[in-house]
Amino acid sequence: MSAPAYDLGRHPAALALVNRHRLRVWEPLPWILALAFYFAFPNHLGFGTDLLVTILFALSLDLALGYAGIVTLGHAAFFGAGAYTVGMLAHHGIWNEPISGLLMGASVAALIGFASGLILLRTTGLTLLMLTLCTMALLEEAANMGEKYTGGFDGLPNLPIPPLFGLFEFNPLYPRVQYLYVLGVLFLCFIFVRTLVYSPFGRSLTGIRENVLRMHAVGAPVNWRLVTCYTISAAIAGIAGGLWAQANAYVNLSTLSLDRAATVLIILVLGGYGRLYGAFIGAVVYMALSHFLAQVYPTAWQLGLGLMLVLIALFARNGVIGLWDMLRNRLMAKGATMRATKSGPS
Amino acid sequence: MVRTLVLAGAFASAASLAQAQQEVRVGVILPYTGVGAELAQQIDRGMEQYLKLNPVKGYKVTFFKRDVKDPGGGNARNVIQELLTQDKVDVLAGWVYSPNAIASAPVVNAGKKLAVIMNAGTAHITQMSNYYVRTSFSMWHAGYAMGETAAKNLKAKTAVVGYADFPPGKDMLASFKRAFEASGGKVIDEIPMGGPAAVPDYTPFFQRAKDKKPDVFFVFVPAGDHSSAVVRTYGALGMRQAGIKLIGPGDVTQDNKLQAMGKAAIGLITMHHYHADLTNAENQRFIASWKKDYGAESTPDFMAVGGYDGMAAIAHAIEATKGKLDAEQALKSLRGWKFASPRGPILIDPDTRDIVMNEYLSEVVMKNERLYQNTIATVENVKDACKALKIPPCK
Repeated sequence: MSAPAYDLGRHPAALALVNRHRLRVWEPLPWILALAFYFAFPNHLGFGTDLLVTILFALSLDLALGYAGIVTLGHAAFFGAGAYTVGMLAHHGIWNEPISGLLMGASVAALIGFASGLILLRTTGLTLLMLTLCTMALLEEAANMGEKYTGGFDGLPNLPIPPLFGLFEFNPLYPRVQYLYVLGVLFLCFIFVRTLVYSPFGRSLTGIRENVLRMHAVGAPVNWRLVTCYTISAAIAGIAGGLWAQANAYVNLSTLSLDRAATVLIILVLGGYGRLYGAFIGAVVYMALSHFLAQVYPTAWQLGLGLMLVLIALFARNGVIGLWDMLRNRLMAKGATMRATKSGPS
Repeated sequence: MVRTLVLAGAFASAASLAQAQQEVRVGVILPYTGVGAELAQQIDRGMEQYLKLNPVKGYKVTFFKRDVKDPGGGNARNVIQELLTQDKVDVLAGWVYSPNAIASAPVVNAGKKLAVIMNAGTAHITQMSNYYVRTSFSMWHAGYAMGETAAKNLKAKTAVVGYADFPPGKDMLASFKRAFEASGGKVIDEIPMGGPAAVPDYTPFFQRAKDKKPDVFFVFVPAGDHSSAVVRTYGALGMRQAGIKLIGPGDVTQDNKLQAMGKAAIGLITMHHYHADLTNAENQRFIASWKKDYGAESTPDFMAVGGYDGMAAIAHAIEATKGKLDAEQALKSLRGWKFASPRGPILIDPDTRDIVMNEYLSEVVMKNERLYQNTIATVENVKDACKALKIPPCK
């Protein structure tokens, strides 16, 4: 009696491991929707641009918080670093070409991420949370005090941003160019992050999040991986900040505020962290709801938003994506039992 | 059959009414939520009271109210962009926070519509867009007038300035110092006293001021809890007994916070363009209508008057352009426009599009168990000194 030969390569777990990076059918959907938004809501592109920037910012946080498990409340430090780099270079007439400006913003944010990460990432939990918050608060205060260079509380107005590729002008009233530009940058950054999280490096980050001791035991350079991840995440947040400054032709202290850091955290948790698409769903749900509710009820819109957050916190601990997963699992389980009962008494 | 006839009749009369009344679309951008919600309500009610007391006959004013949420600039830009392109408003109004007015200037320029600023007080804002008209104030109005008056009327030789460390505070310091020293006084110490968010313990700052023994201690802090703490600390340290007068701009004695400050506020001397105890006829009519609509305990303050006068400016522009409100004609009609406001006579400066108004020196007194602001002196037709003297960033 020989056991049936079992092909390990065909085991569901193995298949999942081999195929997880493959493009799924629905994955072009967000990009199609983003382009559809461009044509369907030509008068809401200012909001749309803001939404795309927030998605990118949430995506950068997802890399640090969702994948590597770095609990941070100070991610706006990097958003602001990118925004102020772009803003100050343009305002003082040093450099204002958009794309290279973004790269400079990313570099400065990465540098701050690397330097602070070297020290901060030796801590975990609440200590880490407080230290990231402190880093951001210090930068905010520095920007407030360096009024001569940063414009202080009133910010740097009317940034002279030249046309993209020398051709497409940023129109403040009809921000079509800004929207498509931000969409393009978001797409490139997303491809990068997607590749990264499915690479062995990305898996090792998840390993660190799930079980640091074991990762130490298998000999992974845990601290360096965390610092690298934090630096990359900071660079992407810096790009998001740079985009914000360019699209608004303005930068002020709000880019470094706790408000921004907390909002992006809520957005990510709302969408589902460590899920790649959580940033998209969270940002769309949160921003669209607050924007359009505020349009209808300018004084009471926060009630609706708050109710939704309470419901999500009570019934969907893993965010909107988690809710979807749960529903799908239930339906599949139900389908399976129905098939089982049907074929049962034969 | 009968019903359809009645309905048709109703529609017909509604249509003819709509034809008779030309619609004017006003986009209002204010912080309707968060810490600024109270200010937005004051401005909103001020606009409402103007329309109630002075209906714009023949025109139907429709408001498109949008929440700017925060002083971050980004939301304000998005909201204004949508008001201009989606809702197709004829005129923009509002702006509580200066950073929002600064950030949205390029959108206002591109939109080419009249934009009436009803609060935001950073002096140079009106120079960022030719479409801005301001009916509130510049920080320099009260600060500069107080500096002159402190030296001339209060006979002060030396002053210490304590200010909340954010742009309005710094503007107050600069304007007071400039005027006070030009009038022969000397500012002997400048004390930054924490930010605008949390109320600090003022004792060390006030002790430092007391040790310098100035004639007057000029304080600018945000209205509300900050100013209550200021008068309490002033009383607790016995500075009045030491012969140091506490003075400030009217933000410190904002009308709707005044009663909560209690007896410690008695004797406080402030300079401002409005307080609810002004005795002119316009103000009495305004106050009576306000109290009737929102309750006897409710009081309008300088925010509400900014909204009232802003609405008056819009109404004037509507009538002058026969409801078309094309920006060039509307601005032309407002340059040099004069109006009898609850704050007294006002004028829009034809050159700067900023307000010219009286500043009132007032002292807080107790009358019938109620704190009351008694006008001591009036400085007439005050212009924004920042622009008059071309102090950067004003030009």
